[in-house]
Amino acid sequence: MKSSTFEKTAYSEIREQLINGTLRCEDRVALFLERIREHAALNAFLEVFETRALRKAQEVDQKIAAGTAGRLAGMVIGIKDNLCLEGEICSAGSKMLEGFRSLYTATAVQRLLDEDAIVIGRLNCDEFAMGSSNEHSAYGPVLNPLDPARVPGGSSGGSAAAVAAGLCDAALGSDTGGSIRQPAAFTGLVGIKPTYGRISRSGLIAYASSFDQIGCFTHTVEDASLLIEMMSGGDPLDATTSSVTPHRHAAVLEDDPRPKRIALLKPALDHPGLDPAAKAHFAEVVEALKAQGHHVEAVDFDHLDQLVPIYYLLTTSEASSNLARFDGVHYGYRATGTESLEELHKQSRTQGFGTEVKRRILLGTFVLSAGYYDAYYGKAQKARRMVRNWTDRVFADFDFLMCPTTPHEAFALNRESADPTVMYLEDIFTVLANIAGIPAISVPTGLGKNTLPLGTQIMAPAFFEEQLLLFSRQFHSQFRVHN
Amino acid sequence: MRIEKEDVEKLAHLARLEFTGAELDAMVNDFDKMLGFVQRIQTLDLEGIEPLVYLNEEGQPLREDRPSEPMEPAEALRNSENSDGGYFRVPRVL
Repeated sequence: MKSSTFEKTAYSEIREQLINGTLRCEDRVALFLERIREHAALNAFLEVFETRALRKAQEVDQKIAAGTAGRLAGMVIGIKDNLCLEGEICSAGSKMLEGFRSLYTATAVQRLLDEDAIVIGRLNCDEFAMGSSNEHSAYGPVLNPLDPARVPGGSSGGSAAAVAAGLCDAALGSDTGGSIRQPAAFTGLVGIKPTYGRISRSGLIAYASSFDQIGCFTHTVEDASLLIEMMSGGDPLDATTSSVTPHRHAAVLEDDPRPKRIALLKPALDHPGLDPAAKAHFAEVVEALKAQGHHVEAVDFDHLDQLVPIYYLLTTSEASSNLARFDGVHYGYRATGTESLEELHKQSRTQGFGTEVKRRILLGTFVLSAGYYDAYYGKAQKARRMVRNWTDRVFADFDFLMCPTTPHEAFALNRESADPTVMYLEDIFTVLANIAGIPAISVPTGLGKNTLPLGTQIMAPAFFEEQLLLFSRQFHSQFRVHN
Repeated sequence: MRIEKEDVEKLAHLARLEFTGAELDAMVNDFDKMLGFVQRIQTLDLEGIEPLVYLNEEGQPLREDRPSEPMEPAEALRNSENSDGGYFRVPRVL
């Protein structure tokens, strides 16, 4: 198997060859390692776990021969740099955690290892998962493998770039406001954020705890379904995980010919920020759905322009609290030459955090401060209830809610802006699912004006992963284009 | 509301951060933009709506109150840049 003849295939398409011994895990890992070296300029990997990955591959090859291999036998995955793997560095894309070595493994990662997945390295991301372009990483930006002059999206930009460039079978990311779905759309991949509470966040470095969810990047919905099933389920180490039974991957593979009732987020389609080519593409998607007999109807929503502000008020508050733990004392960056404890705290944080993280901590500190709490934080919590009441009403009448994942294709690196809120609006179509806590997937459905990928977002009621994945698999098969 | 340098300095102190010179000027500008942006929620009529605090309404899971193995002190100190004899070292406090 030569790197030059490599084709980006889904794990589910090669699993049979791995199980019958036609393909060996060790050879595949060696091939991925070679490709990672060839694509070093993308800056997708912050570290490659070469020895660990090869050792695991040999172990899985033996298990396959013995007939005892797990359900993810030989699936080669990369993990976002905010997911812990015992003994390895986990830096959250920050100078603050440059040499931090995890004392334990994240539950989600452990569950994949238990099923014989192979972790090949950790992937670049925006610092503490705060960003939409991967330009806020302390370790430099990630390039979009489909056009290196453009961003791969963020914050899980390294995860998206690695899978899109064929450097691993799949990658884990985290999604607080769109950090999986937007980069998936920008790189032509399937990206899913499950329901809030579906997957344990133990071992995920927290950004905004009432929003953060772990999800994955894959070439197909089938692979996503398998990964999500493996990671789902209760965990005593994360009290927010739900006891609702996880979806069954086998059910996702069945055929469902029944027409669905699909709501379209009307203000997204009328939004002035929506690129005309993206708008035209989405109209084609809608026509295709109608032609298949689905009932498609645009639904109104009066508060689209308030969604990103609601999101920022709540997430920056939670971030200011979560990031208070970085004190320069217990772990992480420590400033030298300080004379007092307060100066140690201040200098460590000032030197260890990047600008975007500081901006958000500052806004969160303001929102939670006496005199402003009710007017901002309390009000945003009420607005969150209002938004969820609205999605509940939509799902009383419809199976799914759809809109474009992003307003446009991947944008250029180093896009200048004197206003940080311009970047915040990148998440305008994705934050709804995080505010309401519902599952959402981005499926690549076509190309935009610069022949770069465009994604379609499908949202479903909480814990309806099975229906969402089954529908998305059938939907994706109509539009699947090999890049 | 208009954000002044003093406001940012006060918030920075509360968050144990420090901005000086051009960085402070930039942060005042950025913070002003961010605050203007989030003001958009003030137009919402939220009368009579309860705040949504916990997304998962299944309630808190309970477990037996049994002690578990604590982390080894050496493990806990492993990621600290300055520790001594089982303790974290910090500048003189008293």
